[in-house]
Amino acid sequence: MENPVEHKTILNQTHRDLGARMVPFGGWDMPVHYGSQIEEHHAVRCDAGMFDICHMTAVDIRGSAARTFLRHLLANDVGKLKDQGKALYSCMLKENGCVIDDLIIYFMNDDWYRMVVNAATTEKDIAWMGRHAEGLDVQIQPRRDLGMIAVQGPNAREKSLLLLPEDLRETAERLTPFSAASNGEWFVGRTGYTGEDGFEIMLPEDQVVALWKALTQAGIRPCGLGARDTLRLEAGMNLYGADMDEDTSPLESGLAWTVALSDLNRDFIGRSALVTQKAGGRLPRFTGVLLEGKGVLRNQQKLYDGEQEVGEITSGGFSPTLERAIGLARISADAGENLSVDMRGRKLPVTLVKPPFVRNGKSCL
Amino acid sequence: MSNIPENLKYAESHEWVHDEGDGTVTIGISDHAQELLGDLVFVELPETGTQLKAGDECAVVESVKAASDVYSPLDGEVIETNEALADSPEVINEAPYDNWIFKLKLSNPVQLDELLDAAAYASMVEAEDH
Repeated sequence: MENPVEHKTILNQTHRDLGARMVPFGGWDMPVHYGSQIEEHHAVRCDAGMFDICHMTAVDIRGSAARTFLRHLLANDVGKLKDQGKALYSCMLKENGCVIDDLIIYFMNDDWYRMVVNAATTEKDIAWMGRHAEGLDVQIQPRRDLGMIAVQGPNAREKSLLLLPEDLRETAERLTPFSAASNGEWFVGRTGYTGEDGFEIMLPEDQVVALWKALTQAGIRPCGLGARDTLRLEAGMNLYGADMDEDTSPLESGLAWTVALSDLNRDFIGRSALVTQKAGGRLPRFTGVLLEGKGVLRNQQKLYDGEQEVGEITSGGFSPTLERAIGLARISADAGENLSVDMRGRKLPVTLVKPPFVRNGKSCL
Repeated sequence: MSNIPENLKYAESHEWVHDEGDGTVTIGISDHAQELLGDLVFVELPETGTQLKAGDECAVVESVKAASDVYSPLDGEVIETNEALADSPEVINEAPYDNWIFKLKLSNPVQLDELLDAAAYASMVEAEDH
């Protein structure tokens, strides 16, 4: 059973008016598609699409100790962020090295960072941060007054620029990938979760519906969570709760690149557990998987090396760009290369590949 | 609202049945079923010659969202399958009543009377939606 749906974004009625099929997602009533998930997927790969991501939470971290606090809180090192507006992807870990959430953090100035966390994890994230901020000059401010729209695709920036406030337009146009600018309550990051260029736009909630409608007018196609999932999977991007969670560490989830261990003086939460895990060796392998032949890989399908179960698909689905089934998988270190997947009692061969599968509209295979 | 043609019979598991009047039937999935599934990307067909009992799993329709079993609404032998679906499963989304999945030679034709008519299926679908 799904949990009861407690929350609606400000765009809820707009989605319904557009004929969206609504589904419960992380406690929110969200659009899964507006007719065809595959067409929405292609719109983002070939032109421009947009997503209501108001269910996600922006959290401002302010105060003179913000940087010290974040260097302790996060597995990646905000000390890498030298330029204003620059963004960093990181996991937030428990003491045992397992993942509380994954997030993006933007460096706005020396005493202001902005973080974006997942919808379903927001409450536990804020409680966790609050606990670790005690005694420090740090304020943790969830910005529930802001809404968020992601515009993604090769033409997304061009189509959306004119709809940004005039005093932000020029800065937004000059943004380099993975950086952001703000002006007043508006904030634009050249970031996303699709493997395409685009913006993530934050703005006062009461202006969200008007912007969404204007973006539609500008030829940006509304896209649901279904396309968002197939796009991120093709891009080889992890999904919290599927590919990593409170029982797995970044080192066994293909996220070792987000763990900054080089500064030996930086003692972040989970560090010693990860160092121990790394020293122990024989870490499970996290890999991309292609299904040979027809069918669709699904989350939690088991992988076999001969008769031996060696792992499972953590995220699986159909890739509209490649027109075949793809997945991310965690397999034991001693598994061989010739694996099969158990699909409703039948074992079908799979090929292991390095993600991503698709970037900037093109196959990476 | 989903489309539910009057001339067909329906199973509670969302298959439609067209009685060919010669002891054979044509079977597919309803508009409501394809709508729930979303874009179809793969259809696994039964083998011709297979003997089925009503309620047997006999085909699989996979969408971007999920894999779903198709059940035989009646007892019978599979006499033909729609091979065109292998290359273009999406035609089921476009026209679920034109694009059948398999045909059965009935071994127990009285079972036809146990299927739902359009009105009964419509009220079942409506009850599900609420």
